[in-house]
Amino acid sequence: MKSAVLVFPGINRERDMARALRLISGRAPTMVWHADTELPPGTDIVVIPGGFSYGDYLRCGAIAARAPIMEAVRAFAAKGGLVLAICNGFQIVCEAGLLPGVLMRNAQLRFICRDVFLRVERSDTPFTRGYNAGQVIRVPVAHGEGNYIADGETIARLEGEGRVIFRYSSPDGMVDPNWNHNGAMNAIAGIINERGNVLGLMPHPENHVEASMGRTDGRGLFAGLVDHFKLAA
Amino acid sequence: MISNEPAITPELIAQHGLKPDEYERIVKLIGRAPSFTELGIFSAMWNEHCSYKSSKIHLRTLPTQAPWVIQGPGENAGVIDIGDGLAAVFKMESHNHPSYIEPYQGATTGVGGILRDVFTMGARPIACLNALSFGDPKNPKTRHLVSGVVAGIGGYGNSFGVPTVGGEVRFHRRYDGNCLVNAMAVGIAEKDKIFYSAASGVGMPIVYLGSKTGRDGIHGATMASAEFGADADEKRPTVQVGDPFSEKLLLEACLEIMAKGCVIAIQDMGAAGLTCSAVEMGAKGDLGVTLDLDEVPCREPGMSAYEMMLSESQERMLMVLKPEKEKEAEAIFRKWGLDFALVGETTPTKRFVVRHGGAVMADLPIKELGDEAPVYDRPFAESAKLPVIDAASIKLPIGVADALEKLIGSPDLCSKRWVFEQYDHVILGNTVQRPGGDAAVVRVNEGPKALALTSDVTPRYCEADPFEGGKQAVAEAWRNLSAVGARPLALTDNLNFGNPERPEIMGQLVGCIRGIGEASRALDFPIVSGNVSLYNETKFQGEDLGRPILPTPTIGGVGILDDFTKSMTLAFKAEGESILLIGETQGWLGQSVYLRDICGREEGAPPPVDLAAERRHGEFVRALIRDGLVTAAHDLSDGGLLVALAEMAMASRIGAVLEAPPGVPAHAFWFGEDQARYVVTAKDAEAVVQRAAAAGLPLIRLGATGGRALAIAGARPLRIGDLLSRFEDWLPAYMAASPA
Repeated sequence: MKSAVLVFPGINRERDMARALRLISGRAPTMVWHADTELPPGTDIVVIPGGFSYGDYLRCGAIAARAPIMEAVRAFAAKGGLVLAICNGFQIVCEAGLLPGVLMRNAQLRFICRDVFLRVERSDTPFTRGYNAGQVIRVPVAHGEGNYIADGETIARLEGEGRVIFRYSSPDGMVDPNWNHNGAMNAIAGIINERGNVLGLMPHPENHVEASMGRTDGRGLFAGLVDHFKLAA
Repeated sequence: MISNEPAITPELIAQHGLKPDEYERIVKLIGRAPSFTELGIFSAMWNEHCSYKSSKIHLRTLPTQAPWVIQGPGENAGVIDIGDGLAAVFKMESHNHPSYIEPYQGATTGVGGILRDVFTMGARPIACLNALSFGDPKNPKTRHLVSGVVAGIGGYGNSFGVPTVGGEVRFHRRYDGNCLVNAMAVGIAEKDKIFYSAASGVGMPIVYLGSKTGRDGIHGATMASAEFGADADEKRPTVQVGDPFSEKLLLEACLEIMAKGCVIAIQDMGAAGLTCSAVEMGAKGDLGVTLDLDEVPCREPGMSAYEMMLSESQERMLMVLKPEKEKEAEAIFRKWGLDFALVGETTPTKRFVVRHGGAVMADLPIKELGDEAPVYDRPFAESAKLPVIDAASIKLPIGVADALEKLIGSPDLCSKRWVFEQYDHVILGNTVQRPGGDAAVVRVNEGPKALALTSDVTPRYCEADPFEGGKQAVAEAWRNLSAVGARPLALTDNLNFGNPERPEIMGQLVGCIRGIGEASRALDFPIVSGNVSLYNETKFQGEDLGRPILPTPTIGGVGILDDFTKSMTLAFKAEGESILLIGETQGWLGQSVYLRDICGREEGAPPPVDLAAERRHGEFVRALIRDGLVTAAHDLSDGGLLVALAEMAMASRIGAVLEAPPGVPAHAFWFGEDQARYVVTAKDAEAVVQRAAAAGLPLIRLGATGGRALAIAGARPLRIGDLLSRFEDWLPAYMAASPA
């Protein structure tokens, strides 16, 4: 799996992401500078990591969504290329129009860093084939603006088309306001686009991939992607 | 010299925080009256914050050497060898006054400043800690300060991309008019690629990098070197504004040009901005410096030389570059969208010359600016020794179970989750032990090594007995590192005190420094960097004398683990394991949290610190951890034994059956704050007991883990769930309440 990790000024989880990709796919990703206009040839997957691109000034992701490299990402996605957008990446792809909706400030108006539980809603996507549907995974969040909001029609479509892929839940998989730390509508943590090749996800699976560090719940996402490309090859 | 600058008057001199005799010293030194710009430069260099004039002679007594120390105090940060060709670079620094005036920006720029100190030396920051002291929770301003400071620390560190992994938060009315914000940063560098501030070579280009210079923070360091009056709020314009985005770019750009070998010397612009950084680079290199202010990137037109020299705008660096690498360095900075300007050069003259608009605005002897700053041996009065309190004489208002419930939900001992969840403590993917334990543990690169990090001080001990309090702060840091299985290596100190011109305050400073020195010598735990913050006191309306803070010499400790997977945590691990107490328990209640929060008395002598016992017990615990004989370990500190046991139970949701041995009164046994103690749990207690007996160490069995409650012989059992609610609920409830 050849991955390309985008680096915008102010992105800061690119090293975490690069390590996870290297550990699980066995291949270091190419780091792609925001001012570039082309993705490396042969890219299988574009990864937009977390951070504070452009300081989150103006609006989270708004400036990065208009960076030169994003034209190439749009074209890549339009051809069916996989795009994994985590945290600030999720905000960027929403701003870029690759996913619907917006990430607003957390309901209690504070930044939150803690482990949360996610219910994996489907296992039949390239991003979740490493998990079982209904499985609950534990991964950290670290964001101030992760509260997913969209208009009623969009939410109905997302739900109707099975495009909500990860949902905040209790440890036993119940959706419950007490376990929805940021107040996201329908406890949405991650969604895919219509075509199913762009995933936006607020939590950080890349921070839970090493057994020696305590938890490996995030591995499934990357291992599933590796499998996906193996099968396609 | 310059016609349009104001005349130097006694009032102007006083406004610059310079005493009449200090001004006389300036005139004598340069042989004439200074210009306005020069007066500003002197005030920046000679204030307490930059010159350490009240503390210098005492700081010199501190031990700073060890075979593993690469760089002690005097540079931007301390550097120690951690093996494998790597070095840890760290320092702690205060941003107290700015944080009281404008909590969010004061705290952000505190974090920004300390991060810059670390990456200036060529290290990539891997962790931050923060020690925060706030006023009485009942004070209407306290909530506002907590909220702003915590958001500010998070706002900067989270965006910059460094995990904030530990620290402390305390409340006491003595911080009502003057909160403390002490920020520590730790970085990792290759040990043969450390960058220093001393310039070398004549005619070398001096380059300005980073953000533009604005009119913010002018006289920040001077403001921070005076006590507050009732007009503290009016000092807001002296507080700088932080921009973590620019700092992240500055970090990446600096590390990139360092890796490319472009840099001869580098100094960040912190307190006193361009003045302090340029003078330090020249003076340390025995060189003169000429600056051309027309080349300095400014945020707004029309800034005077005086303003540019005193601005404390953030996220700026000064570098001496290798001339042949100038273009390469510039290209890197442009790539990161940062300002890059050639603003001067090194000269052979040892003069500090500042030009602006075709005129010479300052021409001063560079060495003397720093070296000839006044040094005071201020008179000091040693604090009177307080009587030792006999535990048996303390009347018990409530029983042991009630007292534990109350303490565990008290402002000082409750969970600080509300605080640390606002800090990204997992970014970089190396946080082995998150906040809430004895020390944070952060893996170094891909491991197997890890650093253990902690910050500690017990201000009420320091006030009651500065010498013992100073010792205790160091000993507790050492103990916290040992409790996670780390070998303590070195420390950074952040000395926060009141007005040193008052002999009783100076006595606290001197006493604490002596205690710190004594402990750090006894424990081979040298001081490699630090910061002094004086004048932490506030004159409230209608009062003649300022109210000083509690003496608060915060100790930031750094230790090393050879294998991060072997780090020890405080949570009970399983039911049916033995609970053992290492160390002597007399039941010392003087200055304890129990005496203060349960009995309402802040009295007596604090617990004495037996440094030889600290060393023996700490090394013993470390060996137990290394040899896999214990399953949990926890140091004993505020609140004593039962609070520590409750923390171990709450972290695991496993209860314990406990019994106090006869001899010591129950409340003194459970809540006394005797030093040099640890609790450990073991599957095989006998092995630990035998080892302690062989080593001649005091060790007693307290009971066993198990159940869902703390069942203390002779007391009402306490359900872990109930304790947890009290522990976790106080701070969120306090912060959610509307201001009183």
